[in-house]
Amino acid sequence: MATYLLRRLLIAIPSLLGISLILFTVLALAPGDPFSEMATNPNVPPEVREALRASFGLNDPIMVRYLRWLSAMAQGDWGFSFASRINVDTLILQRVPTTLFVVGTSQILALCIALPVGIYAATRPYSIFDQIANTLAFVGFSLPTFFTGLLLILLFSIKLDWFPFVYRSDIAATGWRWYWEMFRQAIMPITVLGLFQAASYTRYVRSAVLDVIRLDYVTTARAKGLSEKRVTLRHITRNALIPVVTLVALQMPAVFGGAIVTEQIFRIPGIGSLLIDAILANDTPVIMAVTFVFACLVVLFNLIADLLYGWLDPRISFG
Amino acid sequence: MAGSTLASPSADPAVAGAGAAISVSPGRETWRRFRRHKLAMASAVILGLLILGVVVGPWIWTIPINDIDFSAQLQGPSLAHPFGTDDLGQDILARMMYGGRISLAVGLAAMVVATTVGVLIGATAGMSRKVADPVLMWVTDLFLSLPQLPLLLLVIYLFREQLKAVFGVEGGVFILIVVVIGGLRWMPVARLVRAQFLSLREKEFVEAAKAQGATKLRQMTRHILPNAVGPVIVASTIEVSSAIIAESTLSFLGLGFPPDIPTWGRLLFDAKDHLDTAPHWALFPGAAIFLTVLSINFIGDGLRDALDPRRVI
Repeated sequence: MATYLLRRLLIAIPSLLGISLILFTVLALAPGDPFSEMATNPNVPPEVREALRASFGLNDPIMVRYLRWLSAMAQGDWGFSFASRINVDTLILQRVPTTLFVVGTSQILALCIALPVGIYAATRPYSIFDQIANTLAFVGFSLPTFFTGLLLILLFSIKLDWFPFVYRSDIAATGWRWYWEMFRQAIMPITVLGLFQAASYTRYVRSAVLDVIRLDYVTTARAKGLSEKRVTLRHITRNALIPVVTLVALQMPAVFGGAIVTEQIFRIPGIGSLLIDAILANDTPVIMAVTFVFACLVVLFNLIADLLYGWLDPRISFG
Repeated sequence: MAGSTLASPSADPAVAGAGAAISVSPGRETWRRFRRHKLAMASAVILGLLILGVVVGPWIWTIPINDIDFSAQLQGPSLAHPFGTDDLGQDILARMMYGGRISLAVGLAAMVVATTVGVLIGATAGMSRKVADPVLMWVTDLFLSLPQLPLLLLVIYLFREQLKAVFGVEGGVFILIVVVIGGLRWMPVARLVRAQFLSLREKEFVEAAKAQGATKLRQMTRHILPNAVGPVIVASTIEVSSAIIAESTLSFLGLGFPPDIPTWGRLLFDAKDHLDTAPHWALFPGAAIFLTVLSINFIGDGLRDALDPRRVI
């Protein structure tokens, strides 16, 4: 297992390098000096600007600049945020847990909906339940997250006044009350993201289960006299999950994209809303760093998917 | 067909005879199968009406999109303004028809970019028997793991001013958004085309073409690509809807088209601070995005069923 993990980590390094190369190329191709704005900004002392120019090495050939930028990123020197007057890595570390909390919970919600619905629909293909689930899934992933978010705010915050529509990280309460308030304000963002993902996951689960359900080993399991429940859960679901894990991992970029929108609607202080604020404030170091963090998170979740894949599919050797 | 020697032993003479007797063209057969998918047919009608509305609509509904009327601020739907007005008293129906043209045009143009790039890369990788295939597939996988929305925002942030200067405000942003959305969404098409090419290039009819001296380019364009076109059509249909969503997301975040170009996402962005007093302002553009995307997705589903020769309809 350890060797397998190590090998997957080694495979992840070239993709991280490739992503960083793409990011850097985009930045280098961009017209103008990304720090020229600071020259006219009296709040930024010239020495800070010079230090940043030096840390990005703007006067060197492009390959040297890339390598220098890369080693600075690797050493945790991510630059200085002009807008927040704080180091970029501190700023991002403050924001990442909130994003991970919202994204993680919504993924769990999505799987909790998609797995039972998808399996139930696939065991009764073309039944009424299957058709309704299929149509709802289509509706679900055709509803963009920004529209569902506004609809939920309109319904639950404005008409019914059940949940607050602004996410606050400084709730003035302790103990159970704090947890209750956190839960109440997190419901809507998590639902928006979770339902959107649940819709596409349901289709993946259904088609994966349908592929497995006609195989001979399932008939064998039934012939042994196992109960239908045991056949479905232990024999069908486990094998059907293997392609689902791959597809869920492929959805990760879309998930984080949805997280940016959701954070912006509900004003959640995560890295998604940080990215938007940084763009509106022309805060280039923060924009670059947040984009890179998003890329790292996607690669990280792909790694986790790889590990799950190895655990689900014993044919993959860990050697 | 009658009397000819069958090329492959798997073909059933009886079936071949029946096919010859009815003699339907592939296009007509696809249309017959597509019509069986009721939701897809309904979606095609809805999408057709929406397109007709945004293309012809502005000639019939002639209120200008920037006609400011402070006596009619934030009004709900009425006869004078069927979709209500915004905070400057501008007619939302007129703005939606204008913005809809842009939203749909972005969707179609980005689809063309994504499909072209995807087919080129997929075909090159699928035909290559050397190093090009693994390299291109590595690049495809790399692009698949890129966080698209952050990168989209980054590119638009960095290049917007430059393109504005060259192509004007509207044209510059349009070209930028189309190229970037298309450039970040070609991967599914490329993978699909490569998979099709890998299996089709070993088929007997390609070998026959090769034996007759067809060049590699001719094999690709005349023999393999026409047979791979079904899944590509389905995938590019879905690309239209995801490009529309991507453009609306950018505009909704306030980072797409400038404020004077009311795309549907931009209307939602402007409306979101007035949800309590003027919910209609957000509901109509949101419903337009939803209906467009939903009907395109259903049409894609209908095409998938219609173009899959193994599926009996």
